[in-house]
Order: sequence, then structure tokens, then C-alpha cells
Amino acid sequence: MDKRLRRILPKVQKPARYTGGEYNQIIKDKASVDLRMALCFPDTYEIGMSNLGIKILYGAINEMDGVWCERCFAPWGDMEDEMRRANIPLWALESGDPLAEFDAIGFSVGYEMAYTNVLNMLDLAGIPLRSADRKSLTPLVFAGGTSNVNPEPMADILDFCFIGEGEEMDSELLLLLRKAKAEDWSKERFLSEAANIEGIYVPSLYEPIYNDDGTLKEIKVKDGAPEYVRRRIVTDFDSAYFPTKPIVPSTEIVHDRVTLELFRGCIRGCRFCQAGFVYRPVRSRSSERLVSQGIESLESTGYQEITLSSLSTSDYRPLSELCDGLLDFCVPRSIGLSLPSLRADNFSLDLMSKVQQVRKSGLTFAPEAGTQRLRDAINKNVSEEDLLNTCRIAFEGGWNNIKLYFMLGLPTETDEDVLGISELAMKVLWLWKSHASNKARGVNITVSTSCFVPKPHTPFQWEAQVDMEEYRRRVALLREHMRAKAISYNWHDADTSLIEAVLSRGDRRIGAVIEEVWKNGGKLDSWSEYFSFARWMAAFEKCGLDPKFYACRERTFDEVLPWSRVDIGVKPEFLWREREMCYNAELSPDCRKKCTNCGALSLMNGGRCDG
Amino acid sequence: MDNLRLRFSKTGRAVYISHLDLMRTMQRAFLRAGMPLKYSEGFNPHAQISFALPLSVGTASLCDLMDFHLNGFMSLSEIPFRLNRALPEGIEVLEAYEWENKFKNIKWLDVEGIFEYDNRSPSEMLPGLMDFFARDSIVIKKKTKSGVNDTDIAPAIRSITFDAGEGIVTLKALISAQEPTLNPELLPSALEQLAPELKPDFASFTRMQIYDADMRIFR
Repeated sequence: MDKRLRRILPKVQKPARYTGGEYNQIIKDKASVDLRMALCFPDTYEIGMSNLGIKILYGAINEMDGVWCERCFAPWGDMEDEMRRANIPLWALESGDPLAEFDAIGFSVGYEMAYTNVLNMLDLAGIPLRSADRKSLTPLVFAGGTSNVNPEPMADILDFCFIGEGEEMDSELLLLLRKAKAEDWSKERFLSEAANIEGIYVPSLYEPIYNDDGTLKEIKVKDGAPEYVRRRIVTDFDSAYFPTKPIVPSTEIVHDRVTLELFRGCIRGCRFCQAGFVYRPVRSRSSERLVSQGIESLESTGYQEITLSSLSTSDYRPLSELCDGLLDFCVPRSIGLSLPSLRADNFSLDLMSKVQQVRKSGLTFAPEAGTQRLRDAINKNVSEEDLLNTCRIAFEGGWNNIKLYFMLGLPTETDEDVLGISELAMKVLWLWKSHASNKARGVNITVSTSCFVPKPHTPFQWEAQVDMEEYRRRVALLREHMRAKAISYNWHDADTSLIEAVLSRGDRRIGAVIEEVWKNGGKLDSWSEYFSFARWMAAFEKCGLDPKFYACRERTFDEVLPWSRVDIGVKPEFLWREREMCYNAELSPDCRKKCTNCGALSLMNGGRCDG
Repeated sequence: MDNLRLRFSKTGRAVYISHLDLMRTMQRAFLRAGMPLKYSEGFNPHAQISFALPLSVGTASLCDLMDFHLNGFMSLSEIPFRLNRALPEGIEVLEAYEWENKFKNIKWLDVEGIFEYDNRSPSEMLPGLMDFFARDSIVIKKKTKSGVNDTDIAPAIRSITFDAGEGIVTLKALISAQEPTLNPELLPSALEQLAPELKPDFASFTRMQIYDADMRIFR
């Protein structure tokens, strides 16, 4: 280990985050690989190591001969200070080698608030921030992940972006890089070749042209790059790579357990939900395969807990078989099985009683809106009756801890809808009073509201976000009506929601704001310890950009959107139709009742959508 | 199988694994090795394991001990073999055996340390270091739960020797492991407090051997 590093580690919190050496890490012989990739996660080790995407990509890339993929996370502030003081450039965990020595530096960016971290990590690695300032072929700096469905805000930083599922593109990209290195290509040549790989968006080949009013006139395609970058997906998900030997951290992380991925995509079509549209079509894994992947993972890690991951666990068809298969293995070994993302129905409760034989943890539901009208408008297919029924059965069964999640500021929301949240919470409380099996233990009902952030590639991508004053007024209104002692109310602050809204639907000019924020010390912006609203507002001011232009402005259907060169599968016409249905409070059927021809099937190359 | 003990080393990158994390790491390693530990009964079952002398983050050890109980039977020689394939880099099991001697009988600890001097000559440091630690009383301020206390560490140092090397001074010390416990990191902090001119730029330690009160190697 580097002597300078050895000296600073004892001074920082949780040094095991920075050392590597965990069980199941992959070590290769440097001399026998010709490509080295750093898989970077722009947040802390505890968050990044909990991320299933990172586990999949790490495993899948390391399956390639001659390629060694290592991990790199953002240091916490105390470590960053020590690193800068001791002049230690950011390194990859496995080898301890500085990032600048790598051929490929790929960031997995799941949320927009991590953008400043990408800049900070590049800077800590001593790598120039802007693509244009990195003249040589390597290191290439790129990103994938959900936030890249709008690649424009980070366009000046990244050499290219992955639109879609990385395990599908990485190998193709790395093979091209191997060829480019062997034949000594220029970076420009490499990028123009890479643009031909389906799913790769090379920002330098797309030029935004603006109107006088600041909206986009067009995004000009240069040098024969594709008109649209079509999202790349794993079509045969059942047999796709899955990491059954994930790294077991030697220190505690956020989700410290085995995670199984049941399916990608979602049949529900909740209109606010980005994941529900950008991961379509639905592709599932068989329960037999999942059971064996689960057992293999538990045996290779020694974890005592396993969880199921998908956008809506209840919609996995063979959920009972899967749970039975896993419980056969887990129960005799005292391994816990947890089921997140269940719908509020009887079946879910039966299932939960079955899997939670020892402890009754809290129940969490996300009705998202307080009235049926608004729930219909956002296509959240939960009826009040279902929800209350489930709560009643839960109270009868001894549960006494319920969390309810809502959003404020959804399109078409009125004060009646806002107050509907407190009414619903009161109904839940009355149910407990009339049905609780053990009243002596009391009840906790937690209501949380966040501020709705319109996202690209959703029916609400054209919507204005309610401004901060209005959001705060609605929070205050709701607070006044949350009087019961058993109900606690938490609300998300308006500041981060505004910034997230700007970054989500930002254009290329927003890159300058991100850079300005970083220059003034911005990093770890998803942590309240580090986020500074004033710093962001000062950066908008300096760059001459108005955050409300991006967050709080309604777009017309024919406005050129910054992400319009990205073909996510789901068609804009479909999204617009869904938006109009929202304004009529009309429901769309879920994909199993009736296919709505959203367009995502076109990505399957003839394969079937499991909707 | 009950009353089993592991002797293991913790070196390299593993020295940064904290005591709490080590407990979790060990439990998982036993499961990976297909040797389930015995769990306590009750509402919150936990593996029944205990460590002889909790190791502070950054200190290496060639002689740490952990007691455990196994569900089922297994040849003792099989245990290190299986565990070593299941442990993270830097933790190595040296042997497993049934214990006869309780942890409370541990008294002395043999540690080796490295004092790094960046801009001073290690050999010029030697006389000062020897004189300093030869004092009859070395009273330092030590942070405890109840505040800052004055502690005399001299009685807890049974012997200490220094040697100069390239940019470093190596030390071998026999210190009290229990009643009182002397954390070897207090050696450089004593210098910092009482003889800052001798304080190394960096110090690291390795536990070499554990003894009982009669200086018999403790197993």
C-alpha cells in the first residue's frame, strides 16, 4: 500500500471503505491484461456497493478475457481533504493504481444530484474535466445509468454516454477500444466509430442550436452520427449474466444483503415514474433460475438476508413459487427474505406473513396522491378501498407501524387533493382504532411527501414543476391538517427538488452551472451535509441561466427537448397521449390487461414483452 | 462442538477492518465455509463468538484469538483450511483447537512497532527514545469515557528495545495486555505529549505474541 495512503487512513472515518481487499473482489495480473477499466460510482462506498447495477457490471466486464475492471467510489469529505493535502490522486480499490492510468473510466450515474461528484472524482484523479481537454485516446471518460436518458447536461464532460443497459454495450465498446489502442487511433476516430454502436451517444457529434427565447431550435447531427440513439437493452433477460459471487464488503453498507433481480420494466405505467417508462419492455427471469441464483449467492457470500428487486414485486407472475423455493433454503438456515415494492392487496399480506415469520417490520405503501381523482390522473392504480382493506388486515394481524408516501405538486393537483392526504391518513388511524389486535402497543403512521420532479421520457416531461413558494404553501396546508398525535408528517425540502428538476431536464448549457457549482466546492450534493442551495443559485446567476426556465416552464409538444436524440423505445406520441389522459383523469390499463402500444417492443428485435 | 478457539493473523489491507466489522466478517466467513456457528437463543439470535483482545484499526496482529462454538462436528485441522478459502485478503487462520485457558488469564503482549522519521536521523533518535521509555513514571493524558485522565503508562511496559533502520526505528515491547490494557498507540502519543522532539512522523504496530502472567505463551 502507498505510504502516503497508509498514513492518512488512520485519520479518517471508516477507513475500510478505501482499501479494497474484500471477499470476492477480482484481482487479475496487470501484465496479462491489455485493457483496464475503472467502474466509478459517484457517491460513497456504502451507497455504491449497495447498487445492483455496479455488481452486475463489475462481474460482467471482468468475465472478458484481458480486461480488468476495478471499482472506485467518491471519498467522504474527511478523506478528500486528506487526499488533497497528501497529494494522493484517486485510485481504484483492487490494485490501488491511480485512475489516470486506466484506459476506460466509466461512471454509473443513477441520479442527477451526483453530477458534481463526477467532476470532483475526475479532478481528484487529476484528469481534465472536459472531454475537449482530454486529447489522447485514453483514458476515455463515459457514463451510463438512468440519469443519462437525458445526456445533455453532462455533454461537455463525457466522451460518450451509454443509453440503456451497460452489460449489453460494455463488451462491444471495450473490444473497439482494444482495436483502437492496437491501431493507435485518434480519440476523434474512436468516437466516430463508437457512435455506430447501438446505444452510444457521443455528445460531440450532436450540436444544440438555440432559439432567441432560449428553447432549442434543433440538435444538429454531425459527421454521419445516427439521427437517434436507440436505447440498448438485454433482450434475453432470463439467461443474461447475473453476479452470484458479489463482493462482500468488510464494513457495513446500506443494503448489506443478496439482491435478486426479478424483472426489468414495469407493467403499471404510473405517469410520473421515469423508471416505469425508460426500462420497458418487461423482461423477467424464471423462478427456477432465480432460486438457484439466490442459493448460489447466499452460499458464496455468507449473507443472512436476501431481497427481491424489481419495480413492482407483486407483478412478478411466479412470486409464490419463487418465495417458496427461497424459503425452503432460507428458513432452516435462519436467513431472512424481504419483499419490497409490494402492492397494497391481500395477497401481499399473506405473502409477508409467510416470509416474516419472526419479526413484523413496518409496512410501507406509496399511494402517491391523496384523492382517487388524482391517483387516476397519474395512473396510480391503487384504490382507497384496497389500501384501507390491506391496512385493516395488517392491524388485525398485529402490525402497528405504517408508512405512507405521497408527492405534492403533481399535475392537476388542487388543495382538495392535498387535504385528501391528511384525510386518508386519518382513515388509516381510525381503522387502527377499530381493528387493532393489540392497542396497548400504540400505532405509528408516518406520512411523507416529496416534491414532484418532472422527468424526461415520461408523460410529464412537458410539465411545469410547481414553484418553491407554492410547494411550501401546500406543505403548510397539509401540516395544519395533520393534527393527530399518532401521525407524523415529514416533507422533503423544496430546494433539492428544484435543482433536481433543472438537472433532469437541462440542456447542454446547464453543464456550465454544474462546473461552476463544483468550482465553488460543490460535491456530494445528495447529502444534506454538503448540498448548498445558495451555491447552486449563485452558479445559475453567474452563467446567466434561470432555473425556473428549466424547472417551472410548461413545454409544448413540438418543442425540441434536450433528450430528443435519445430513442428510449417508448414513443413521444404515446407519452403525449398519456399526458392528455391525465388531464381527463382517465386511467390506462396495465400492460397485462391490454397492450397500449407504447413502442418499447421495438427494442426487442423480435423478442416478446412480458407485460 | 463447543469451546473452540481460532488463532489468526490480521495484516495488510485487513488491518483497517474494525472490531465490529471483523465480527460480522468472521460470521459470514464461517457460513461461506459451510460451518455454521452456534447462535444464541432468544429474540435477537447472534453468533456466540468472542475475541480475546479487540484490535484497534490500523494495528496488525499475528496472534489474535477468537472463541466460537460450531453446530455439528468437524475435524479441527479442517477448520483453518476451510476458513482460509472464505476469508477476505489479509485475515489468515493459523490453527483451531479446543481451549483450556480463559481469556482473562492473558497478561502480556509482545508488540513490534515501526516509528517512521522523515527528516530526522533514526539513529540519532535512539538514545532519546531509550532514555524516555526507561523513566520510572510516564504520566500522560488519556481520553476515557469519563473525560481526560492522567495515566502512568510506565508500569504497563515490561520491556522495550529500539533499533535504527533506514528512515525508521523499530521497537520491540512487552506491554500489559489486560489490567491495565496498554494500547501500543499510546507509546507515540506519550512522545507527542512529553517529548515531541522524539515523536515519529508515523507509527504502526503488529501484535506478535500473547503471554499469561507467568510469561507462558497463551494459547
